[in-house]
Amino acid sequence: MALLLSAIVLVAFSGVPALVGRGRGGGIAAVLAMLGAATGLVVSTLAFLRGDLVSYFHAWPIPYAAFSVGLDPLSSFFLIPIFLLTALSALYGRAYMRGRAGAGRSPLFFGLLAAGMAMVVIARNGMLFLISWEMMAIASFFLVTLDDDRANVRRAGITYLVATHIGTAFLLALFALMAAHAGSMEFSEWKGAAASLPSAGALFILALVGFGTKAGFIPLHVWLPEAHPAAPSHVSALMSGVMIKTGIYGLMRILTLLGAPPEWWGWTLIAIGAISGVMGVLYALAQHELKALLAYHSVENIGIIAIGFGLGLFGVSRGMPVVALLGFGGALLHVLNHAIFKGLLFLGAGAVIRASGTGEIDRLGGLLKRMPHTAAAFLVGSAAISGLPPLNGFVSEFLIYLGAFAILVTPGATIYGALPALIVIASLALIGGLAAACFTKAFGTIFLGEPRCDEAARAQEAPIPMLASMMILAAACLCIGLAAPAVVPLLGGAVGVAAGFAEGAAPSALAEAAAILAKLVVVFAALIAIACAALSLRRRLLACRAVTRTATWDCGYARPAPSMQYTASSFAQPLTNSFGMLLNIHEEREAPQGLFPQRAAFASHARDVAREGLFDPIFSAVASALARLRVIQHGNVHLYILYIAVALIVLLLWAFGGR
Amino acid sequence: MAYSWIHILLMFLLAPLLVGVITRVKAVIAGRHGQPVLQLYFDLWKLMHKGAAISRTTTWLFPFGPAATIAAAMAAAILMPCGGISALISFPGDLVLFAYLFGLARFVTILAALDTGSSFEGMGASREAAFSALAEPVLLLALAALARLAQSSSLSGIFGAAGATLWSSSGATLTLAIAAMFVVMLAENSRIPVDDPTTHLELTMIHEVMVLDHGGPDLALITWSASLKLWLFASLIAGAALPALGTSPAAALALHVAGVFSLGIAVGLVESMMARLKLVRVPQLLTGAIALALLALILSFLMR
Repeated sequence: MALLLSAIVLVAFSGVPALVGRGRGGGIAAVLAMLGAATGLVVSTLAFLRGDLVSYFHAWPIPYAAFSVGLDPLSSFFLIPIFLLTALSALYGRAYMRGRAGAGRSPLFFGLLAAGMAMVVIARNGMLFLISWEMMAIASFFLVTLDDDRANVRRAGITYLVATHIGTAFLLALFALMAAHAGSMEFSEWKGAAASLPSAGALFILALVGFGTKAGFIPLHVWLPEAHPAAPSHVSALMSGVMIKTGIYGLMRILTLLGAPPEWWGWTLIAIGAISGVMGVLYALAQHELKALLAYHSVENIGIIAIGFGLGLFGVSRGMPVVALLGFGGALLHVLNHAIFKGLLFLGAGAVIRASGTGEIDRLGGLLKRMPHTAAAFLVGSAAISGLPPLNGFVSEFLIYLGAFAILVTPGATIYGALPALIVIASLALIGGLAAACFTKAFGTIFLGEPRCDEAARAQEAPIPMLASMMILAAACLCIGLAAPAVVPLLGGAVGVAAGFAEGAAPSALAEAAAILAKLVVVFAALIAIACAALSLRRRLLACRAVTRTATWDCGYARPAPSMQYTASSFAQPLTNSFGMLLNIHEEREAPQGLFPQRAAFASHARDVAREGLFDPIFSAVASALARLRVIQHGNVHLYILYIAVALIVLLLWAFGGR
Repeated sequence: MAYSWIHILLMFLLAPLLVGVITRVKAVIAGRHGQPVLQLYFDLWKLMHKGAAISRTTTWLFPFGPAATIAAAMAAAILMPCGGISALISFPGDLVLFAYLFGLARFVTILAALDTGSSFEGMGASREAAFSALAEPVLLLALAALARLAQSSSLSGIFGAAGATLWSSSGATLTLAIAAMFVVMLAENSRIPVDDPTTHLELTMIHEVMVLDHGGPDLALITWSASLKLWLFASLIAGAALPALGTSPAAALALHVAGVFSLGIAVGLVESMMARLKLVRVPQLLTGAIALALLALILSFLMR
């Protein structure tokens, strides 16, 4: 614990050298951050594997607060992606931020963000939790607005700040209610008082909204597609990879303190997960900008995690331990997997944007020839996020499917009891197909074919530090996929804490899942072996045959041009058309006129329904209602002094009237 | 165990014959004699002995298309049972892996198509991505309905448990699930009414245009994998329609192969009697199939 706390402190203050030294300071800051994160990673991995239960308490003079931290399997599990992604993003960020706006202050806020996330996960006191939560939010706000010369970045920062504070307000209400009931802000006290909570349902709703804003459940996700494109790419990787998972961690932790879950909690989470998953991937399909597309995919994957979480809660409330195990196991493994492949994808997007100067998918193309290693890593990330065998994304979705099928095939199941399984299977199948469509669109348009603009034709490969961090994450995707039978039983400790099982009950039951996964990995190995055999057969056959390089078949057209290639929005058009009633797509078209048309234009844009239909009207209604109060700001100093006098008299009457 | 190996070898050898049977049925109904039933074998032999013309726009990703297609098809064949004979590898949830293996093949094929930088391939890839995204829930929901009937989530468990009484007790569920899976088979294997496998107009193709720039051994691998994929989907439907009667493994194998070929004849009849749908109608067809599969799943709870 002492080593972990010193690692967190080292990461928190790692950015200070960058403030004082110009060029060298940034390098020292990156090295310190990597050192602290690597230490933290080693400590938390060992603690997770051993199933350590540690706690440390130190009283503070702040009322209700105390420095009370603890490690249990759930906390150490969430620390692993936090420290892994911090180390790799720090390595990447040093090369990425060279010559960019705000390079001096970004390591400081980066360190504070990472330290804040680690503190959130190990805090065992409500006030310490909220302080770390705020530190995380404020540090990431400053990171999102690093490039504050641009208006859209400033607007994104304000949106993010307002959204995160609305969530924190709900959390304040939640913690205040629980502390009022239990008498103190310590989590251990809350656990003891859980049995006698009067309105656990209302507290669950408060937690859902408060943590859901950070996690990105629909309709609370509106800050994600604005904040992630505005932030620098390594910060987006950290935010999307781990910061939104702290919302999931908070929800899991609070649920362990609220007692036995009733059935409707599982239903609610499955419903929220299904809606977030499907709507998230549909919005992603309609995006033109790479980082906005990746941000909406984070919403989709949080939906998948919520589906697994809800299935697990359903299993706990129904007394089906296998379902609970598989649901929570799938959700937790997806937390780790998503951190890895979303971090990889954002780092790859950063390399693309840095090399070509733009993130507009329809202006890029042919980057695989210019940036082969970035493309290979991005390909592994795309296949992993689409949930394809033999990578890690498939393993976590497979666990959730197994949980749903376990409900489906129990003898004597009624249609009502198995309805969650039906929803889980249908939504996961739809999400998987749509995610594969979206990532073939993104990868295909950006990296394949011919370049559609000059900057893309001149793009340079990313420098070695950036490539190294991407390759490490890509290797992790493959390793977790192939080593699934070994990795999944290790989750037993964290699943046990999250599902509220007695210690030691979970790991033995997960060993049965390991037997299934062992056969799965045999099929993966056969898949890879056959593919390699086919490739070598092809090479042997073609080695002694005539192989000519020619132009792509163009039906005899004389002068094919890169602009004739299929664009990304054309690629997605059949799907966005089919789901048109869910997506709010606005088209602006200028049709060709006359016999020899000179100009024509077409633009399509998907408006976020939650933002335009829910939040914008509410905020503008509040703003117009409050605008009526502006009459008191008239500039007349005499009336201002009158206000002060009236306020004083009222307060005096109140104070002395009570006697 | 030995019979599982025999089943897999039979699948690998007979898959091109299934395509030949479909072509012969279409020819007979059209009043022609048609190609030899073994034509696809001759085509594969010819293609394996040819060179290749590779586009300059393509990269190292291009050969991965055929490699991933054949690897996915063969890995899915490992999971496929036959009546009473269980598959080579079976475990609870292997039907999910079965569906996602074809997803992997589709993903890499679409990328290999986009690699050529041709708008024909982009068009085909876009349609393929859209239709498969809608076809995947159909397959999984129909298999889930069958899993509920058999109370097992493994393909070998589902098709091994189908006894002679299954049709009498849950005929409605089986019919709906088979109808949904038939639509998926037509959609995924580029058959009329979703796609015309014999067209030469690139603007109307879906699957054929995605592999337009492949030639020689690449095209041989792709063609053989496509026939194997058709066999596997037909095998799913034949396994659902023909219950495992508990006879000897050789008889079960023969019955299953006969079922697959009769399904080939049925596909040939459908292709001869219908024209292909307008492309905007295909999502509507697939949504209808989703509804059929959902109905099958709901009925499977009420029946048993």
